[in-house]
Amino acid sequence: MNHLSEEQLILHYYGEEDDALAAERHLGECDDCRALYGSLQRALNVVDSLPVPEPGAEYAEQVWKRIEHQLPARRGVGWVWALPAPWRWAAAGAAFAALLVAAFLAGRFYPHPRQPAQLAADPQAGERILLVAVGDYLERSQMVLIELANARSPGSLDISAEQERAVDLVSENRLYRQTAAHTGDAAVASVLDELERVLLDIAHAPSRLSPAELEKLRQRLEAEGILFKIRVLGSNVRNQEGRTL
Amino acid sequence: MELTDSAIVTKARLGDADAFRALVERHSRPLFRLAFRMTGNQHDAEDVVQESFLRAWRQLGRFDERASFGTWLYRIASNCSLDLMRSGKRRSADYQVEDPVLALPSGDPTPERVAMSGEVRERVAEAMDELSAFERTAFVLRHFEGMRIEDVSRVLGCQPGAAKHSVFRAVQKLRRALEPLVSGAR
Repeated sequence: MNHLSEEQLILHYYGEEDDALAAERHLGECDDCRALYGSLQRALNVVDSLPVPEPGAEYAEQVWKRIEHQLPARRGVGWVWALPAPWRWAAAGAAFAALLVAAFLAGRFYPHPRQPAQLAADPQAGERILLVAVGDYLERSQMVLIELANARSPGSLDISAEQERAVDLVSENRLYRQTAAHTGDAAVASVLDELERVLLDIAHAPSRLSPAELEKLRQRLEAEGILFKIRVLGSNVRNQEGRTL
Repeated sequence: MELTDSAIVTKARLGDADAFRALVERHSRPLFRLAFRMTGNQHDAEDVVQESFLRAWRQLGRFDERASFGTWLYRIASNCSLDLMRSGKRRSADYQVEDPVLALPSGDPTPERVAMSGEVRERVAEAMDELSAFERTAFVLRHFEGMRIEDVSRVLGCQPGAAKHSVFRAVQKLRRALEPLVSGAR
């Protein structure tokens, strides 16, 4: 008689096996499998008994109070997402055309480029613009890393799309890192420096990664905790951004 | 009539913070339970809930309106928990409740509850801590949230086979770690 494997017993416990009746029949006849299944049930029953605090009725209110001042404004393109998909493309096309016209007119009638002094005249506005840009940049970097960290493939995986995004992100990163170093924000500069090295490695890796190479990359991301650092920095930037409004 | 999540999300995408607040009210409690089971710590769970809603607000534009908002939010919370666990910045497991807003579920002292003494609780918490971040997340989604393995793989953004093996490894590790504890309880 073929015994049920532990994997089959686990699937049986969760009701996800292919042939529940056959498993039940076998368990009725086989002492060894029944003993193993009993041990599995008891262990999972104990895990079930771990208490979980039950949030009270006012918990949602508490969460809202904590986040409401950190929500960056959703303006500008928000309405576009409320449109049906074909209209979204039409709206995007119209916006792009408007941008081209505006760029042309700006070049034609506004020949003097904005001097750095003009930005410095309103340091708070300058800081706000920088914070918005850095927040957006961190979010895009995070997306690339999350996609690679969660990618699974039985064979080699094509990461050329992520590499293209990494190349773009590296050039942006240099600008923000140098600005942070210039303004004496060592903590931000350090995270950006780490992020830049990771992005550079991704950009220069082979465009197809074997499962082993992918796992190595994943382990590196885990070991360096870069995703968490970006998340924390992103939250701080969003908070600062909220305060400058 | 109560609005569906989908209708509220449409408003939130337009920048309506009150609509987003309605989503927070609807989903924060189940999200806390999920985060607590993943992190084993009240403070970390609260951080995960907060960060998940902030990420959700920022990424609303990417949400596919044909999908379930709850599942999408679970996916974000799972990724936040994974990031936190992998960062090594997670606080140690703590099943003692400090916040008065949070209370352990009450109930008669059933034999199971009585048996769940501090020591047993500690052993189970330790066994859960032995799981890798990915195994723990997959196990919590399958075991506590009752998701089918295919749905777990969708939430974790991996192949069903990878989710299945993570659940297998988690259950095997838990069974072996807790065997001495439960072997007499037949």
